[in-house]
Amino acid sequence: MTGGTTARTLSSVRVRRLIIEQSKRAHVGHIGSALSVADILVALFSGTVDPEVDVFILSKGHAALAQYCVLAELGLITHEMLDTYCGDDTQLGVHPDHTLAGITFSTGSLGHGPSLGAGVALAKRIAGRPGRVFVLMSDAELNEGSVWEAVMFAGHHRLDNLTVILDNNGQQALAPTAEVINLAGVDQLVQTLGWESRRVDGHNVDALTIAFEARAPGRPLFMIADTVAGKGVSFMERQVKWHYLPVDDAQFALALSEIG
Amino acid sequence: MRKQFVSTLIDIANHDDRVVLLTADLGFMVLEPFAEHHPDHFFNVGVAEANMMSLAAGMAHEGLIPFCYSIATFASMRGYEQFRNGAVLHQLPVRIVGIGGGFAYGTAGPTHHALEDIALMRVQPGVGIVAPADDGQVDRALRDHYARPQPMYLRLAKETASHPELAGRFHWGRLEVIGDGDIAIVAIGSMTGVALEVRRRLQAEGIQTAVAVAASIAPAPTDDLVALLASKSACITIEDHRPIGGLGSLVAETIAGHGLGVRLIRSGVTDPVGETTGSEAFLRRRNGLDVDGLMAAVRRVALVPA
Repeated sequence: MTGGTTARTLSSVRVRRLIIEQSKRAHVGHIGSALSVADILVALFSGTVDPEVDVFILSKGHAALAQYCVLAELGLITHEMLDTYCGDDTQLGVHPDHTLAGITFSTGSLGHGPSLGAGVALAKRIAGRPGRVFVLMSDAELNEGSVWEAVMFAGHHRLDNLTVILDNNGQQALAPTAEVINLAGVDQLVQTLGWESRRVDGHNVDALTIAFEARAPGRPLFMIADTVAGKGVSFMERQVKWHYLPVDDAQFALALSEIG
Repeated sequence: MRKQFVSTLIDIANHDDRVVLLTADLGFMVLEPFAEHHPDHFFNVGVAEANMMSLAAGMAHEGLIPFCYSIATFASMRGYEQFRNGAVLHQLPVRIVGIGGGFAYGTAGPTHHALEDIALMRVQPGVGIVAPADDGQVDRALRDHYARPQPMYLRLAKETASHPELAGRFHWGRLEVIGDGDIAIVAIGSMTGVALEVRRRLQAEGIQTAVAVAASIAPAPTDDLVALLASKSACITIEDHRPIGGLGSLVAETIAGHGLGVRLIRSGVTDPVGETTGSEAFLRRRNGLDVDGLMAAVRRVALVPA
């Protein structure tokens, strides 16, 4: 982190509170996804990602609210800007826009991030430049065929400067992933295709931070972060409906009291 | 045209190490020289066009200038959303190189006929579309414009062509006009040979035409079109593409937008879905996109006053 941001310490509790507050104010959903990735983002942006040389891509663009809250906490955007979330004439839509400070790529259509990340990683290698590429994707994104084109490519080309983090919350828009497309065994599959597969508790910031330090020479890193959709709010946890629903007044108060 | 593309690109890459060439496993007996000259800047990404488009956006973000090579249908359509959300949305210098626009792949059949690629690219904001008429234009267009900041679609024919009348002239956002007359024939790059032959034959009959080569489809050569058509009685567009969304549409939009009083005939591919296939010459002939077909179209407007 650069000078202005090292002084600030990211807090998962603070980020989760902001997620609930902003989604309530804007009356917009995707809360479950944002809470699912909150700890991953806190770990990544507490020192793992060096903005001078590293690139972060939020492939699951619908969790952008969590990233906006992190950007605001880091001071990369103001809290006044955060308050424009999903308003008119805003840079902070449901999905991230690269014109906003701290966002490298606009996403929102699923399955693009791994390919974009592989392209950045390959370009860094060609140019002999340092830096890692982190792509955060959802487990349901594995349904997209283009993800597998990227997985095969990065494995073949041994892009060991690329790390894909799987937000493995087991849920997608309409149902649990196991009921839609069963993804069990994906760790072995990517391993077979030339990746190093690791598993980590996606809500343990310390464990995540240590896990992100791992490098496997000649192999891109596939970090399966086991998460809970809606993490931190009991009535949202593992509930498919909280992929889309906004909160009402009672739910808002209860959610904040549970987060602390 | 493909070999000229590769030869010019090798030369450019000799002086500019930002250039990389990606192919989705196509270009047998064409791309090898580039791979030999610049092995570290050549990647066969496999049969994976969608990945190729996003890879290219990622690479362009890091300062490279990636060329993405495939048959025009696959190059323009299979990774279309990746191109839209990547290179177009971020305005990155990704170059799609579509080989065999129109019916160039002949008997390969309709999956290989690129008849709506230009329409798809025209609706994307800020994308340069270049359809050269011959090797000279391929060379000029590449050398002068490869480093422009916006994304581009380069539509190449398979055959080698050379039109001395053009002498390799190519200007971004301009028409190249050959001759003058009361009737204008506006040809997309690959139909230039047909248009020039028709001009020669009509000249022998005492009918004068201006042939305008539209190799720069986007940015549109609007000013040149307005200047050209302001004094013409009729205009015939000819393109190996559906008449919707391509050159014919571009000219129609220009005429309507500027209130020009010129009569317009749009020659393009009108085959219904499910037609038989055949050679490029056969398919062009069936759609009136050969010398006889264009002669007939010109005679219709030449004999019937507007």
